[in-house]
Amino acid sequence: MNEVLIDIKQLAKRYKDSDFFAVQPLDLSISKKEIFGLLGPNGAGKTTLISMLCGLLKPTSGIFEIDQLNFKNNKKQIQYLIGVVPQEYALYPTLTAFENLMYFGSMYGIKKKDLKIEIDRSLKELGLSKFSNKKIKTFSGGMKRRVNLIAGILHQPKVLFLDEPTVGVDVQSKNVIIQHLKQLNDSGTTIVYTSHHMIEAQDLCTDVAIIDNGKIIAHNTPQELIRSFDNTTNLENVYLSLTGGELRDYA
Amino acid sequence: MHKLWMATYKEFLLLKRDFGGLIILFLMPLVLVITVTIIQESTVQHLFTSKIPVLLIDNDSNELSHSIISNLKQNNSFEVVSEIDGRSISEKEANDLVLKGKYKLAIVIPEGLTENLNAKVSQNVAKILNEFDINEDPVLVEKDISIQQIKLYFDPTLQISFRNAIKNGIDNMVSKIETQSIYQVFEEELEIENNAFENSEFISFLEINPQKNNIEIKPNSVQHNVPAWTLFAIFFIIVPLSINIVKEKSQGTFVRLKTNPISYTTILGGKVVIYLLVCLIQFTLMLLVGLYLFPYLGLPDFEINGSYLLLFLVAIFSGLSAISIGILIGTIAETQEQSAPFGATLVVILAAIGGVWVPVFAMPKIMQLFAKISPMNWGLNCFYDVIIRNESFIDIVPEISLLALFFIILLSLAIYYDKVKNTV
Repeated sequence: MNEVLIDIKQLAKRYKDSDFFAVQPLDLSISKKEIFGLLGPNGAGKTTLISMLCGLLKPTSGIFEIDQLNFKNNKKQIQYLIGVVPQEYALYPTLTAFENLMYFGSMYGIKKKDLKIEIDRSLKELGLSKFSNKKIKTFSGGMKRRVNLIAGILHQPKVLFLDEPTVGVDVQSKNVIIQHLKQLNDSGTTIVYTSHHMIEAQDLCTDVAIIDNGKIIAHNTPQELIRSFDNTTNLENVYLSLTGGELRDYA
Repeated sequence: MHKLWMATYKEFLLLKRDFGGLIILFLMPLVLVITVTIIQESTVQHLFTSKIPVLLIDNDSNELSHSIISNLKQNNSFEVVSEIDGRSISEKEANDLVLKGKYKLAIVIPEGLTENLNAKVSQNVAKILNEFDINEDPVLVEKDISIQQIKLYFDPTLQISFRNAIKNGIDNMVSKIETQSIYQVFEEELEIENNAFENSEFISFLEINPQKNNIEIKPNSVQHNVPAWTLFAIFFIIVPLSINIVKEKSQGTFVRLKTNPISYTTILGGKVVIYLLVCLIQFTLMLLVGLYLFPYLGLPDFEINGSYLLLFLVAIFSGLSAISIGILIGTIAETQEQSAPFGATLVVILAAIGGVWVPVFAMPKIMQLFAKISPMNWGLNCFYDVIIRNESFIDIVPEISLLALFFIILLSLAIYYDKVKNTV
């Protein structure tokens, strides 16, 4: 059995002035070196759950540990362990890609020389070397997503949280991002990511949880989930069978 | 330390890249201080050098009204207009013209003013002489003479202070004429030679400027304006700084920073360093404008009686207190629509209660209390202490300490607010 890296117990979140739990009390274990996909329709509770795990949101109840550390007592240590790639382009538009990465990388106390090497390597691997000194505001959506990813991995985190890292990008950019995530995972990084792209999740994830109305309604490997449904060959059909076909608009 | 340096460098780059914002940050305060000083100085000059056209309706046409007109004409402040298009003006016309703002003032001298004043004065003089048994022809019957009114019509848009100044000037002039008439009647009654009574003013004013270390402290308008408007401009740093913080939240960079091992204090530290630098550059530029540009614009010299070092010390602490307000607003506000108008309005309110426009002593009691807790007032007093009163470091320590305390309290509040809101 793989070693558990993230251990969640009865973790729940209810926003102020809301009658409903965005995340209902849930238990979940994510093992080391997994690529864990958190899938679900809009408003299902994916971002809320991942935000709690990143330390961005205070849980209403429950506890969780990352590498046997909890946020209450070990916030700083956990922040060094995790990397976060938020859904929005969390970058300064008037700074260049290099300046953005130098700034965010330096927050982890990486030496300037080592940081420069790491930035150059990452930019090269994600096809952005020649745009290193261009301002972010001149970048396309796909390029911004790639810089956004690099900003979260410069300190080589043990676990990487990504909130819809491929949303709104072209196929080429998406492919580069997915390949890079696979490489990171091969080198030992545990990845927890949310997505709406079922084909992408089926291809990338070693384990998936389908979440709806704040509850995990299915949790297994993609292959096992597909196998458990008759006449189904892909994760999208499983997903639709579990979550229904009706629209999930919410405000 | 490295994180603080990187946070500072990032803020420097963000400011440097926003060229339009930089121009506004440095140029607008200069435009403000130049414009306001020129306007205020020229307004004062205008009052002393230009003449206000005054409509005059003389229903008396006698000795006294002629004397009033002659005095008005001799007075440098008024230009007497008694005819329009070659014909005299009626009271109704004067009322309409002043109401429309074509003239700031109309004076209506009542009919029989000379006659009545002479009669009243003669009656009073005779009464006094009777008391001393000097009068050869005692007045037996006292005639009832009503109080004479010179009507003054003011343009309704004229400020009260300006209106009062004109009223006092005319009142003073009429009093003098009245006194002269009394003296004249006494001379006639006592049959003594003309001008036997000395009519010139017995009491006059001599303005003496206080001295410190044998140096006369003589303030001019520039010494009042430059520090006041410089401080006003320094406090406007609240607006871009609060926007900067709100922007970090809306563009998502703040979300990333919250997951990084960096404290909110360090993030704010970078902002404090850079925005304080901006304040000091603003201050230096405005000081240079006062010292070197104002004389070329025909404005009085900007003389600094105290130490330049102390002046910069005051600028640093004033800047820090302004920065702490910007940080607190930016931390609490959720959108730029909240932070920008609130910040801008707050600066104007702080300036008003701080004594930038109206001196604190002239404010209502309640406002004077508010002024005592206004950082802009502490800063302004400190500037005046150094620029005009030539005070020492020890003398400004209380106000500097208040500014420092204000900075620490507001910064701590911002950090505490962030901690409460974001603790997981």
